[in-house]
Amino acid sequence: MSPRAACRLETLGFEQVFDYVPGKVDWLARGLPTEGDKADQPRVCALARDDVVTCSLDTPVDGMAEKIDASPYGFALVVASDGKLLGRLRRSNLAGVDSQTPAEELMTPGPSTVRADLTVDELRKRLDDRDLKTALVSTPEGKLIGVVTRASLDT
Amino acid sequence: MAKRIEIQQLKALLDEGAQLVDVLPEAEYGEEHLPRAVNIPLKQLDAATTASLDKTNPVVVYCWDYL
Repeated sequence: MSPRAACRLETLGFEQVFDYVPGKVDWLARGLPTEGDKADQPRVCALARDDVVTCSLDTPVDGMAEKIDASPYGFALVVASDGKLLGRLRRSNLAGVDSQTPAEELMTPGPSTVRADLTVDELRKRLDDRDLKTALVSTPEGKLIGVVTRASLDT
Repeated sequence: MAKRIEIQQLKALLDEGAQLVDVLPEAEYGEEHLPRAVNIPLKQLDAATTASLDKTNPVVVYCWDYL
């Protein structure tokens, strides 16, 4: 739709026309502000917390168990240098392993994520349907925004 | 030909005062739209409905997604 609109504006004499092709869905998925009748819907981006333990692929897991134990979650997240989410390192995966083992070897790759524009009600249903306690929130490019707990959806 | 832009370019253009046009139907615009966007649905896009826009300043259009 927007490419046709952009073309039409050019035919009407507009000199500098730009087409934000990813559109409203991209804007919403980034948790950016909006206006309108439904702009005030509570969305998961407002509840995402950035207090999860993170590490890179080559980080030795030495001390990771203690960091996870001190965090609100039972896992750490493995991210790339640009913040893209690569894997989840569960606390249970760390028992009895060599402390110099890199996170890459123990992580579960490609954890599922949700977009920041998901409404609280939608996420509550999604988590309950799957009996999950947390959701990872990412940007459309896969960059980690934060973690939302099931419990936080009811407060 | 109109230049396709991504989020970073959009933000830069908006910071510079670009005009923003939501070409979705009025009801969808009413529910939720980008800040400062004006609504001119694609089916109503003509010389009259765009008369309030400045033809010499950048204008950005968007709809729902890639489709």
